[in-house]
Amino acid sequence: MVSQEVKLLGFWASPFSIRVEWALKLKGVDFEYIEEDIFNKSSRLLELNPVHKKVPVLVHDGKVMAESFILLEYIDETWKQDPLLLPQDAYERSKARFWARVAEEKLLEASFTAMVSHGENKEKALKSAIEVAEKIEEEMKGNEKKFLGGESIGYLDLAMGWIAHWLPIWEEVGSMQIVDPSQFPATTAWSKRFLDHPVIKQNLPPRDKMLVYFHERKKILGGSG
Amino acid sequence: MAEELSLLGMWASPFSCRVKIALKLKGVVQYKYIEEDLFNKSPLLLKYNPINEKVPVLVHHGNPLLESLVILEYIDETWQGYPIFPKDPYERAVARFWAKFIDDKLLPAIRRACWGEEKGRDKAVEEVTKLLQLLEKEIKEKRFFGGETIGLVDIVADVLCLWLRSFEEGSGVELMTREKFPKLSKWSHEFVSTSAVKENLPPKDELTVFLKNLFGS
Repeated sequence: MVSQEVKLLGFWASPFSIRVEWALKLKGVDFEYIEEDIFNKSSRLLELNPVHKKVPVLVHDGKVMAESFILLEYIDETWKQDPLLLPQDAYERSKARFWARVAEEKLLEASFTAMVSHGENKEKALKSAIEVAEKIEEEMKGNEKKFLGGESIGYLDLAMGWIAHWLPIWEEVGSMQIVDPSQFPATTAWSKRFLDHPVIKQNLPPRDKMLVYFHERKKILGGSG
Repeated sequence: MAEELSLLGMWASPFSCRVKIALKLKGVVQYKYIEEDLFNKSPLLLKYNPINEKVPVLVHHGNPLLESLVILEYIDETWQGYPIFPKDPYERAVARFWAKFIDDKLLPAIRRACWGEEKGRDKAVEEVTKLLQLLEKEIKEKRFFGGETIGLVDIVADVLCLWLRSFEEGSGVELMTREKFPKLSKWSHEFVSTSAVKENLPPKDELTVFLKNLFGS
């Protein structure tokens, strides 16, 4: 078998690079993980992703690619073994892509903003985040399988996986609540199942380290208050 | 076989236009087009897209498809024939990357440059120039971003043709000049000259007035 060189540039606390790690590990793809200091970007990162200068970056046999959702699709199209990340049906695929975007553009952004801001800005972001979380809860309620991808973890689970591990940490750092377990039973149950998965469980950045890190981020981005 | 297909769109929207172009390239002509008044959204739109109430919405066999980039993927997967996306996974990743770049980075920068606050305008124009330079570099000597034929990135870059020109005219801000961007300007001309695109573009003068009213103070 021809050796395939796969490298992933990531950052330990990034909810974006983690999903690519999860995908590669779930598929059993051998890869070299390269930790990037995103606050002191290496010339390698700047060379590989000159447009955005961000992680994750995937390098496969010299081919360089970026943007986490795009990388998930590439991984699924290139390594066709189980688990199949994207649904087989075209309409189901579209739904997965759509909801991944909703969670990313509306929930993740708003949650992070709510965590680091204060006063009116915080309230606004918090309200916005809860509204989107409610819509996602409806989608979760409508899913009868173990994961959003079915019996195995799929694209949408990976896209939303940050909700299970990052969001509770952001809630603590931001002294706020977005996904109240009593109001969001389906999301909470899905989060628990997701974190319980053997591959995911072994590939989560440590909670205490994350708390320290995001407290720092809040201080830097939020100013005083 | 008559497939139940409708498209909720808006005449001045470049996002709706992308879907029309894609369907035309695939030879899909049997569908119902429903013009939406975005200031008076129809119950149909609110029913199919309660999340963000936006067009375009493609409804196929009763299933609503939302977001133009997601719709383009669906169209390519559902109707054979003309390939909108490349076949190779790496080339697909590259195409998706540039499509996302246009929507997530370039468009917001163009809006800021043309319609944003006066004091931030110079900086915004500088940013647009930098971003357009990346696309100018990406197209190289190709006829289209997709190569010899129109592909995903060309369709998504429709905004750079008519809409950017209308923005420039309406705001008085020059962004994509022939001198600074010879390759993109040439591409733009080639793109709008193809029949699938030409017959789906809105009328320029009406568009300029509409956009000026929408974005201008």
